[in-house]
Amino acid sequence: MAHVAFFAIAAIAVASALGLIVRPNAIHGALFLVVNLGSVAALYLMLGAEFLAAAQVIVYAGAIMVLFVFAIMVLIPGKEETGPDPRRGARLAAVPVGALLLLLLVFVVVGRWSGPRGPVAAPSGSAGALGRLLFTNYLFPFELTSVLLLAAMVGVLLLARRRA
Amino acid sequence: MVPESYYVTLSAVLFSIGVVGVVIRRNPLVIFMSIELMLNAANLAFVAFGQRFGNLDGQAVVFFVMAVAAAEVAVGLAIIVTIFRVRRRLSVDDLSVMRW
Repeated sequence: MAHVAFFAIAAIAVASALGLIVRPNAIHGALFLVVNLGSVAALYLMLGAEFLAAAQVIVYAGAIMVLFVFAIMVLIPGKEETGPDPRRGARLAAVPVGALLLLLLVFVVVGRWSGPRGPVAAPSGSAGALGRLLFTNYLFPFELTSVLLLAAMVGVLLLARRRA
Repeated sequence: MVPESYYVTLSAVLFSIGVVGVVIRRNPLVIFMSIELMLNAANLAFVAFGQRFGNLDGQAVVFFVMAVAAAEVAVGLAIIVTIFRVRRRLSVDDLSVMRW
């Protein structure tokens, strides 16, 4: 049962990722990316990471994608990729290179970890457990994140200011 | 119970698709979305590894990646909008100098 669910969700994720990079219209790409992020959130749930699944939907599929769609609307979608591609050959060479990268990743990363699972208990991904970890072991990086977000906010304000 | 290696394999597939997307597209917004796809694939691998080794640290890292991705998207989109304002065009082939 879990296998069926996994393969169904994985098929949706791969298909939507391919849709993102194939469709010429950027808005379609953004919608495909929302589908992809949602299916990865479902996989987080299957892995027992409930808090991350919720955060994925709220932060990625919600906030970040709204920003993307907004930017696409502002920047006149699809207009920039209409002409013939002057570097078509070089760009299409990316496909076999990407396939090679995939083979390498599967061989090196997956091949090493495909053995039987050790006798470890699955951790609880609840908001309580993760919050306790973030505010103990990861307290300093957590505080640094707030500085990073503040810096990003100030930087965006500076960039968005209309120059005289 | 689905083995964790399946999740890592799916993560590798999504990451490779993201890499190809970054290279074959000319629209900086789509390139940016492909980068999000790659970050997301890496997150999936982190969660799967954390599950396999029975600790929560993988999920904590994913939390930080999400925060950094949010900041990155905000700054990156602001830069793209600014470039569009100055250039009136939006193709990565035109962007070969750091100043204008």
